[in-house]
Amino acid sequence: MRLSYPTNVKVVRVPCTGRVDIPLILRAFESGVDGVYLAGCLEGECHFLKGNLRARRRVEYVKTLLDEVGLGKERIEMFNMSASQGQRFAEVAREMTERIRALGPSPVKTRREGGGEN
Amino acid sequence: MKTNSRIEKILSSGGFVVTAECGPPRGADAEVIRKKGEILRGFVDGINVTDNQTSVVRMSSLSACVILKNMGLEPILQMVCRDRNRIALQSDILGAAALGINNILCLSGDHQKFGDHPQGKNVYDIDSIQLIQTVKRMRDEGKFIGGEEIKGKPMLFIGAAENPFADPFEIRAARLAKKVAAGCEFIQTQCIYNIDRFARWMEMVRERGLHERCAILAGVTPFKSVGMARYMKNNVPGMDVPDEMIERMKNTPKEKQAEEGIKICVETIEKLKEIPGVRGIHLMAIEWEEKVPEIVKQANLWPRPEV
Amino acid sequence: MIVGNRKDFPEIIEMIGKNRRILLLGCNECVTVCGVGGQKEVETLASELRIFWKKEGEEREIREHTLERQCDYEYIDQIRGFVDDYDIILSMACGAGVQYVAEVYKHKPVFPAVNTTFLGVTLEQGVWAERCQGCGTCIIHLTAGICPIARCAKSLMNGPCGGSSGGKCEVDKETDCAWQLIVDRLKEWGQLERYETIIPIKDWRTSRDGGPRKRIREDLRL
Repeated sequence: MRLSYPTNVKVVRVPCTGRVDIPLILRAFESGVDGVYLAGCLEGECHFLKGNLRARRRVEYVKTLLDEVGLGKERIEMFNMSASQGQRFAEVAREMTERIRALGPSPVKTRREGGGEN
Repeated sequence: MKTNSRIEKILSSGGFVVTAECGPPRGADAEVIRKKGEILRGFVDGINVTDNQTSVVRMSSLSACVILKNMGLEPILQMVCRDRNRIALQSDILGAAALGINNILCLSGDHQKFGDHPQGKNVYDIDSIQLIQTVKRMRDEGKFIGGEEIKGKPMLFIGAAENPFADPFEIRAARLAKKVAAGCEFIQTQCIYNIDRFARWMEMVRERGLHERCAILAGVTPFKSVGMARYMKNNVPGMDVPDEMIERMKNTPKEKQAEEGIKICVETIEKLKEIPGVRGIHLMAIEWEEKVPEIVKQANLWPRPEV
Repeated sequence: MIVGNRKDFPEIIEMIGKNRRILLLGCNECVTVCGVGGQKEVETLASELRIFWKKEGEEREIREHTLERQCDYEYIDQIRGFVDDYDIILSMACGAGVQYVAEVYKHKPVFPAVNTTFLGVTLEQGVWAERCQGCGTCIIHLTAGICPIARCAKSLMNGPCGGSSGGKCEVDKETDCAWQLIVDRLKEWGQLERYETIIPIKDWRTSRDGGPRKRIREDLRL
């Protein structure tokens, strides 16, 4: 579709958002990323039946963990869209970027010497 | 006659019993009990003293009973299984008898989560039915739970509580049968508003002949206001308040509602007297003890018999 | 299985205190099944701790290791080679496991990351419920297979109490009244008359009340 979305969004492709588990998300935050979001299929349309539903529950749980460690539950989100919804994809990328920009960089990153892209 | 209980005496001679309730204070002021006792003097045959009801710490039932006893009144000791193990329960039973208390009501006790000390441990070493068995064994066989002999048997008239409207419905009569089999001699029911439904329960009770072995005292509570009536209907589990009663209270002007509540209570008592097997009433005028004399008089239950 | 809940994060941070080298020990059995202290949960907690300390600008070392069980010496022994490389052991096992690790490595502070709660079953994935109190004298053959000690809030042997309402316990609207369940099942079997048998007073000596318990099988001893 050649729509543009912010360059700070790094896409990690998985066969289904249901593949994303909690340790995986946390490791991303450990490495210093400022925010994480999952873009899964529309509910009821998961190719693997319930993967996106599991992902949503896990995202809700990780929100509580992020609050626990002081990063804040806003840094993670779950979005649903179909593969053909290019516009939605770009829209979500922009929305999440704005949200994270407002929150500021992850305190994990700012504390490390010589921080930056890894 | 097994005991010196005034209630037992009246029942043995075929009479109709009136009991009421007295809640001890949340402090050590004996005057509170004396005042309540004085209001009830001459109008009731026995006064229940609750035992840390709703798990809220109050002056102990045993001590408040003694205060009433010293006034020449007839206390009914309430004992719950929540706070004491079998050692303490048997010990208090002996103590109560030694202090001249003649009646005991055996209860499970509300869970401590409802009270002011929800962090406490709950005991429930034995349950209410086993407590009934225990008192009976101590009194009639002179034996402790462990089997050892008691020197100086506690002569207590044994009671329990029952709610004809509680869940599960199918075992309501069976549950009473269990208590009677355990040795229960009188029952005080939860307050009744739905006479028809209560009458059906009494039918089941009579079918099993339980009314002959155990005296049923029907519980009544007067409404102070339509708000109270609604609260009882909607917020108290196991309570059945017919809509007509709510309507009646609602249609009464606010300043006359208390009076109407008393009227309903007296009418209820009159209807309950007619049901075969009902041997008395238990008046629970919670924090409204001053109305008991009026209710007893209007229900033609005054004066109380001489025994 | 034995079930528990992870301790609150601030409590864990406080327990760790100033110790810099932590061995985080998971268990592959009960706590894995109820999702509180298995390998995944060890990974998760370790990640959380690292994120927390990075935020504080601290460098601390956490090693993640999951044992088959922490209630048998043979498995606990497996970490002997590296246990001294750490200041403390933070165990995600049940209370029995944590204590046993502490017994085996007496010289090492061992802290519990989990609050052990009950013996229970998996009702569905993600939901576990209490079933047994370990009273030592099982009577469920008398109560239609439902334990009143563990499932009744008052452990009534001759329930229900007056607080049973709509099949639920007065303590919690979500908790079934054990005696309603027992009555229902007896009714299903056409054996409701069994309800009228009075179950006698319990001998609590076989339970925790009698003192810490032990089981010995001489024929199994080496």
